[in-house]
Amino acid sequence: MSTRNPILFNDIPAESGLRRALEMHPLDIVAEVRASGLKGRGGAGFPTAMKWQLAAAAEGATKYVVCNADEGEPGTFKDRVLLSDFADLVFEGMTIASLAIGATGGIVYLRGEYTYLVAHLESVLARRRQANLLGNDILGRKDWNFDIVIHLGSGAYVCGEETALIESLEGHRGEPRNRPPFPVNTGYMGRPTIVNNVETLCLAARVLARGATWFRQYGTHASTGSKLFSVSGDCAKPGVYELPMGITIADLLVEVGGLGAKAVQVGGASGHCVPSRLFDRTLAFEDAPTGGSIIIFGQQRDMLAVARNFMEFFVDESCGQCTPCRYGNSVLLDGIERLEKGTCSIRHLNELKALGETMELASKCGLGQSAPKAFLSIIEHFHDEVLGREPPHFAA
Amino acid sequence: MAFLKPISPNTSTTRAPQSQRRNEPEAIGPGTMVSVTIDGATTEVPYATTILDAAKKLNIKIPTLCHHPDLCVAGVCRICVVEIEGMRNLQASCAYPLTQPLKVNTHSRTVRQARRHVLDLMLANHYGQCTTCWRNGNCELQQLAEEYGVDMTRFGSVVTPKHEIDRSSYSVVRDMNKCIGCRRCVRTCIDLQEVGALEATRRGAETLISTFQDKPLGDVVCIACGQCINRCPTGALMANDPTDDVWAAIDDPKKHVVIQTAPSPRAAIGECFGQPPGTALTFELNTALRYCGFDKIFDTNFTADLTIIEEGTELLMRLHRALVGGDTTAAVPQFTSCSPGWVKYLEHFYPEMIPHMSTAKSPQQMFGTIIKTYYAKVHNIDPADIVTVALMPCSAKKFECNRPEMAASGYKDVDFGLTTREMAAMIKEAGVDLPNVPPSEFDSPFGTATGSGVVFGATGGVMEAALRTVIELVTGEKVETLFENANIMPVRGFDGVRYAELKIPKVGPVPPILQHLFKDFEWLNGVTLKVGVAHGTANAKRVIEDIKAGGKFSECHFIEFMACPGGCLGGGGQPIPTSPEIRAARAKAIYAEDMGYDIRKSHENPDVLRIYEEFLTDGPCGHKSHELLHTSYTVRGRFIL
Ligand SMILES: Cc1cc2nc3c(=O)[nH]c(=O)nc-3n(C[C@H](O)[C@H](O)[C@H](O)COP(=O)(O)O)c2cc1C
Ligand code: SF4
Ligand code: SF4
Ligand code: SF4
Ligand code: SF4
Ligand code: FES
Repeated sequence: MSTRNPILFNDIPAESGLRRALEMHPLDIVAEVRASGLKGRGGAGFPTAMKWQLAAAAEGATKYVVCNADEGEPGTFKDRVLLSDFADLVFEGMTIASLAIGATGGIVYLRGEYTYLVAHLESVLARRRQANLLGNDILGRKDWNFDIVIHLGSGAYVCGEETALIESLEGHRGEPRNRPPFPVNTGYMGRPTIVNNVETLCLAARVLARGATWFRQYGTHASTGSKLFSVSGDCAKPGVYELPMGITIADLLVEVGGLGAKAVQVGGASGHCVPSRLFDRTLAFEDAPTGGSIIIFGQQRDMLAVARNFMEFFVDESCGQCTPCRYGNSVLLDGIERLEKGTCSIRHLNELKALGETMELASKCGLGQSAPKAFLSIIEHFHDEVLGREPPHFAA
Repeated sequence: MAFLKPISPNTSTTRAPQSQRRNEPEAIGPGTMVSVTIDGATTEVPYATTILDAAKKLNIKIPTLCHHPDLCVAGVCRICVVEIEGMRNLQASCAYPLTQPLKVNTHSRTVRQARRHVLDLMLANHYGQCTTCWRNGNCELQQLAEEYGVDMTRFGSVVTPKHEIDRSSYSVVRDMNKCIGCRRCVRTCIDLQEVGALEATRRGAETLISTFQDKPLGDVVCIACGQCINRCPTGALMANDPTDDVWAAIDDPKKHVVIQTAPSPRAAIGECFGQPPGTALTFELNTALRYCGFDKIFDTNFTADLTIIEEGTELLMRLHRALVGGDTTAAVPQFTSCSPGWVKYLEHFYPEMIPHMSTAKSPQQMFGTIIKTYYAKVHNIDPADIVTVALMPCSAKKFECNRPEMAASGYKDVDFGLTTREMAAMIKEAGVDLPNVPPSEFDSPFGTATGSGVVFGATGGVMEAALRTVIELVTGEKVETLFENANIMPVRGFDGVRYAELKIPKVGPVPPILQHLFKDFEWLNGVTLKVGVAHGTANAKRVIEDIKAGGKFSECHFIEFMACPGGCLGGGGQPIPTSPEIRAARAKAIYAEDMGYDIRKSHENPDVLRIYEEFLTDGPCGHKSHELLHTSYTVRGRFIL
């Protein structure tokens, strides 16, 4: 059994998942996905079947399937590969989801920087409409009507958060909503809506094609199947890798030629930093979860500069709605600047750690809740490196 | 594509985004009661009640900032976070609906830490000194800083202001250096008023509440209602304050300074002196104003009565044109014109409906004109030396008195509009303990007022006053034969939009005051008078859209519109805070004052009758009154160049 490219990057016949779903009752589709143990690949790892079931159970004749193709996490570029090389698989997954929850509308929320993909995606959609894989009475199944439109995002990272994404779709400022209610009940235009990551939808199509048992043979008990990793940074072979869930960081580094790394940032800016002594940790929901971003730092890297880089990202990308995140990021960035100059007192550092905790616990959405993570983990694991800076008057 | 359409065609474009709307219980699911344990105390609340409301029921106080009883949920300040057993993250209690039994802790370590951090972060980005701030002593941020023991500025403080103060509007001054980003103003403007002049712009720490393209507020589509001021927790928004000019006029011995007081401030100003809402201080206020140095104190109710005569006559003339002449340009229904925020709203959003607007000036402006013409003549004072001040519950009145056409007397008819809050500050500055001064009367000749003028302050009041007069003038019968105590209950209340019908049972002879216009009222015999009332411009919008769609309001004869929720008693110049309960208490005071008057109908006001005998001799809607008491409107539109 090859551990590379087991599920997505292989040549399972096109539309076999869709054709199998066509023969099934919607509830059985959800049951199959549940049996597979598939969890969302957008970062949060929410069980996909549960989301689908809630939307299926929600009342309303109009429901939506939204494909989250905003891919804004720094160091993530795996959805781009799926959209450019496996567009049919993405749409197949959306179409299966529409049958499972009873949706009539599908929307791909496409990252603004991927505008160049629109022509390609539209041509694939046109071909699918012609083949009756979209439209009315899909593949002859009576009253299964579903079509997909593409909506371009306009560059805000927070619009990848599912409720901000919906606000943006509705033409508002992209700001996360209060939850509950959740999109499965009150989503796009107030209708039941599922928002799934590109990769999740592709995997769901494969689950339908080959069955839950086949899917579960990859990965761990709590993290089934494979995962696409977008690998970048100090390694010989950066790129997108499909590997089973639960692989250790060390094994992944072997695979990508990243031996001798000093640290790995798992999960992009909103993830956390793992130092080399913890490289036996596994990439799985139960251990070190990631939406796909793996950034490798070689020995020469200044970890404080790494922290600064991520913090600047959040200062720019906070939607500015809630207090902890709107201002907290700037305070943490200011703290990093003090550390750089060697002027951050231990007392202030402790205050920053506490503020980080508040941001994690009290921010309104996932952005603010994860913004301090990189900073906090670097402070924790690279304490000596980070605290050892000389104040300017000593340096001269 | 068809499925991308909004749910309902009524979903208007200016409604607040879903992220800031109330979590509707039906959006979450059906149910009955849910039990909740907060800090060890257990209670049952209706399904989807927020944790905050459940805590209130248990007398547990959770601090709030972005939450406001009039507004949709925001959940953005995060001061109200609580810990829920079994959940890692803290939750905003104002935005968290109870749909299953929960155990809540409102002051755990992480909750206290989070609250302190939220306050620290706000203060670290807030520039302003309490001692020079108009909200000193009445500021929610200041109060929370005190209650939650802010002891130091942990995360720094702002040493130089970042934003220029925007004083471009006649009504609202914006000092964004004091803004804490709670967005109550945004929600007020977009959701309560459906104007949408304010919105959050930029992102992150740069987030700024601003206007279209950051233009000055005076240059954008703002109706000057001041509702945003009333709901701002800090000193970031305030009314454009002419107090210094008013003091200067008082101090100038050459000037004859006349003040008119509107009914609503009198029912609310006590709140600025620690009195409970609904304390009427009408006659104490007269005394206090004399202490302050005003030369004459008049009652705006006098011109409210005059407005009723003019506007009622105009209504009858329109109805005559439409019902008898079949004139389709008569523009029925007629809209009331006494709320300047509403007037500006119509000019911006529905300029094509301007013909429906009564041309009668508002009581404030009629007063100014009468003072600088009739009063000046009778008392032999040069109008150039008269300064007219208006005590109003309203910030739009400041805009109104500065409209260029408001100079029928040959001078600026009303020189200064003061809000209730500004007046309270002046009275305090003069060292007067308002609630405890002896009462005193208004000055004559405009001292006689009627109950009709008083009820102008509450939503439905103009309609009630107009109906009392129109019914009596047309039927020749006492209105009490139709409505007990002349209280026309169908037009009262706080429903956003109200509709009432009244069949004219019989008609009488034309009273002398209208004989120059009508030969008889036979044409009104048996007619069912249809009237509407709307308060808050969001509700006004509902009514206008209904008219345009040919709905039931299109069949109305007369509709009262007030820009502010609750009518003038909820005006943008009234004491802060405001809430439905506070407004209801003020309304009670106003209706009680109405019942206390000997004369309760505008057309029975002897001073009003005298002015038609002595001055406006060609009668209501005659040539002279047209020149002095009526006005015109401006097509503004909603596009900013
Ligand atoms: C700030 C922020 C940004 C996010 N960006 C993305 C994104 O670019 N793509 C994505 O699929 N999910 C993103 N998510 C996660 C989504 O909110 C949501 O959980 C996900 O789309 C659900 O799909 P899944 O269940 O298939 O993972 C983001 C979350 C947050 C808080
Ligand atoms: S956590 Fe940050 S991004 Fe999320 S709502 Fe708050 S301010 Fe916006
Ligand atoms: S807004 Fe409040 S806290 Fe700020 S200066 Fe004014 S009174 Fe003080
Ligand atoms: S005064 Fe009224 S219209 Fe103007 S910004 Fe405030 S709430 Fe909006
Ligand atoms: S101006 Fe006032 S109401 Fe508006 S966001 Fe700022 S503090 Fe809140
Ligand atoms: S009061 Fe609840 S978040 Fe502001």
